Amino acid sequence: MKPRVAVVTFPGSNDDRDALRAVRLMGGEPVSVWHADPGLAGADAVILPGGFSYGDYLRTGAIARFARVMEAVRELASAGGPVLGICNGFQILCEAGLLPGALIRNRGLAFVCRWITIRDERSGDVLPVPIKHGEGQFAASPDELERIEGDGMVAFRYCSPDGALDEAFNPNGSLRGIAGVRNRRGNVLGMMPHPEHAVDPDLGPTGGQQVFEWLLSSARAAVSA
Amino acid sequence: MAAVLCPGRGFGVSTTRDRVQPPAEPMHRALALTDDEVDTIVALLGREPNAPELAMFAAMWSEHCSYKSSKVHLRTLPTTGSRILVGPGEDAGVVDLGEGVACVFKMESHSHPSAVEPFQGAATGVGGIVRDVLAMGARPAALLDPLRFGPLDDARNRYLFAGVVAGIGQYGNSIGVPTVGGEVKFAPCHGPNPTVNVMCVGFAPADRLLRGRPGRRGSVLVLIGASTGRDGIGGVSVLASRTLDEDAHASRPSVQIGDPFSEKLLVEACLELADRGLLEGLQDLGGAGLTCAVSESAARAGLGAELDLDAVPQREPGMEPFEILTSESQERMLAVVRPDAVDAVRDVCRRWGLSASSVGNLVEGGGLRVRHRGDVVAEVPAAALANEGPEYQRPAERPRWLDRVREDDPTGTTLPGSLEDAFVAVLGSPNVAGKRWVWEQYDSLVQGGTVQGPGADAAVIRLEGTLRAVAVACDGNGRYCHLDPYLGAAHAVAEAARNVAAVGARPLAVTNCLNFGNPERPEVMWAFAEAVRGMGVACAALGTPVTGGNVSFYNESGGSALYPTPVVGMLGLLDDYRLLMRSAFPAPDLPIYLMGSTLPELGGSEYAEAVLGKVSGRPPALDLEAEANLHQLLYECSRQDVLASCHDLSDGGLAVALAESAIAGGVGFHAALPASDLPPWVSLFSESASRAVVTARLGRDRELESMAAFHGVPLVRLGLTGGRALRFEGLFELDLSDAIAVHEGTIPKLMAGRRLAG
Repeated sequence: MKPRVAVVTFPGSNDDRDALRAVRLMGGEPVSVWHADPGLAGADAVILPGGFSYGDYLRTGAIARFARVMEAVRELASAGGPVLGICNGFQILCEAGLLPGALIRNRGLAFVCRWITIRDERSGDVLPVPIKHGEGQFAASPDELERIEGDGMVAFRYCSPDGALDEAFNPNGSLRGIAGVRNRRGNVLGMMPHPEHAVDPDLGPTGGQQVFEWLLSSARAAVSA
Repeated sequence: MAAVLCPGRGFGVSTTRDRVQPPAEPMHRALALTDDEVDTIVALLGREPNAPELAMFAAMWSEHCSYKSSKVHLRTLPTTGSRILVGPGEDAGVVDLGEGVACVFKMESHSHPSAVEPFQGAATGVGGIVRDVLAMGARPAALLDPLRFGPLDDARNRYLFAGVVAGIGQYGNSIGVPTVGGEVKFAPCHGPNPTVNVMCVGFAPADRLLRGRPGRRGSVLVLIGASTGRDGIGGVSVLASRTLDEDAHASRPSVQIGDPFSEKLLVEACLELADRGLLEGLQDLGGAGLTCAVSESAARAGLGAELDLDAVPQREPGMEPFEILTSESQERMLAVVRPDAVDAVRDVCRRWGLSASSVGNLVEGGGLRVRHRGDVVAEVPAAALANEGPEYQRPAERPRWLDRVREDDPTGTTLPGSLEDAFVAVLGSPNVAGKRWVWEQYDSLVQGGTVQGPGADAAVIRLEGTLRAVAVACDGNGRYCHLDPYLGAAHAVAEAARNVAAVGARPLAVTNCLNFGNPERPEVMWAFAEAVRGMGVACAALGTPVTGGNVSFYNESGGSALYPTPVVGMLGLLDDYRLLMRSAFPAPDLPIYLMGSTLPELGGSEYAEAVLGKVSGRPPALDLEAEANLHQLLYECSRQDVLASCHDLSDGGLAVALAESAIAGGVGFHAALPASDLPPWVSLFSESASRAVVTARLGRDRELESMAAFHGVPLVRLGLTGGRALRFEGLFELDLSDAIAVHEGTIPKLMAGRRLAG
């Protein structure tokens, strides 16, 4: 059976339809969920997509975390279900306390849309994916950063095309080049790059496929468990 | 001018009985209406207009809304074709892409607001063009931005450039519409007159287009979206239809403030309303605000309308009728709705967090009657406002300086310095240099349709669920138009079509934005008429009708006008986007060819400006038959998949095209100039039209040669790709890394250390 993956639409979500399309392309069953819905429509996994929820006028993700659907997201996360936050979704997960750290304005102060490479910190794989954000600089207090590093919660780091960590390839000034983090349990993943825009070989490199493979296989495991 | 900006105090009358008080300057002049125009209004009404009525006419009969100086010329453009579903006159043009998909597209200027407040001016320009496309029931799917600024060694030009780019980015990124292309050019005349054009492309099911369903008697007018405030009052009449003088900064209150979040909700809500069949019509509120939307809705239906200003949600108390009527507050749409669908419309809007207010009805007769606090405050014929604006055949006169400047042709002058230095100067000139600094600030990927984004000959957006795609490009050459507006405008069409053909698409249709100075000056009017004539001839020859667009006059500050700047937005169709041709050299050892003929044509060229410091001479000739042959050949090349790369030639000629293909692919080349009598710098930098640099796929060179012969396109082999240098045999060579540094480094270096406006 295809794992069912919910994609939440907040007011101001922009990459929700892209995430739904990517889920379908990667073999999952996508289901659209509205921010004011009480549940996740029986989904086995959930994606909080990119965009500018509530205009991001206050602080990115700061209002979306209070959306009604976030209770169900929290429940899925605590039950060990896979949760993926992309860009604005990552910011929302940080605001909701489901992931550590925070995303602040890019070092260069400008929005940046660019194909870059990230290193999967578990496999060492180098993945070509695009970024597009104005507030994607990962920040954390020294104590928090120690915990994140010590518990192996760094999921991805910005890197050179051959996988080397190099500030020259850090597009937004993120602390230690952090592009994505997991929670300690490993089932909640947030990342600034957009894997949903890197799954279709007709449109470019496919470094995002691995992220969806993880999401779908985790969802399958959760279903069979 | 300042007197216009706070008019409420002086003449806030609110009944039909009140006559306009005679101020020091007659009110109509402060509103930019001429004495003759007021006489016409008096004749139409059979009485003197009151203050709100005068404000409504001033807005609707402004140059910006009524096209009064341009109409007689625009009428000569070819506008029909088998694929054209909607031509000029509606909110946006519509082209039939086949298989039930319609493409809605339009270009517009937001130069005047951007000159006053670059960030908000550009941002609200994006918002406005998006609503134009939305008004036809289409999902906005791509944005392109042709921009012109003064040279970047000037701090104010940098401020305007940075602010406009950031404003476009912030708005487009926030509403989730990808910005996939555009162009940026620099010239001293654009310093005081920056040009900000915005183009939007959208898609709709052809059977769900919102047109031809204008509403019926009793249909309800529902105002959706933001509340109405005092912002943007006089936008069309004060800002867009006059020249900006030294007090232009005082016009800042006439610039609207954008709220992209509201726009995003408005887009989603309106598309849901259209999908569910709840709309009879949809109209955007842009220039002239509610007055324009209501009068056009009524006129389109052949009816009149009742409008209740008290039902309009207002941002502040005490707004005068004329303020509510002409406010250009952003992020509003007017829906025409059947009475029994109003509740359903309200429900959809509520779900999206938007207000939806019934503000009036369509009624029998042609009158637009406006009520405020129980009184009728205006009563005018809707059609007179919307369609019966003045029309002028303004005097035109060919400028006397033109012959002198044209005769000073740079083609015959010798090269000062070395060829390599000239090459570096052209490749690194801000016009030619890479614009990554700009387009990396734009989200070009959202919506998942971008097959090819910014920095290419044409952007390519696929049609969801199919292998088909549209190719879109913008083009305009100010120098050519300065030297010969007829030829320059024809070149803009030809080059935009060539851009689209270079990716393998068939050019289908055109939208345009015509940016000119003060039309009351005969020299400006002559250039305008010539440009429209050239555009018409080229569009007819290339089979690309004009579906609409926008005229922006009065781009003059301190007595100096911009270059005549007709900008063309070209739409093309690609049958299979997997056959898309890209400009980058993809691999070494591929044979490189030049398609087309190179003539001694350096007049108005990038070389002449960057190396000789001259903007003079005659622009290159344009043979539209040769141009069409090239497009046909490129289309066949794409279908047969014989090319490994394809790049059209434009600014900087052959030298720049070769360099750009090498830089894009990270692969050098070894090329010899074709044998000719031309001096090498002429061969390298001539901007002769109707040319492209291509590489053949391995083993396909014979096939390419016979195809070119069949289509009558001259083809000459230049050399091979490969290596880490740009090698011009017997002339000079430059390391690829140095070329990249020059091409990519120019704009960032000029903008270094400048914090972005925000």
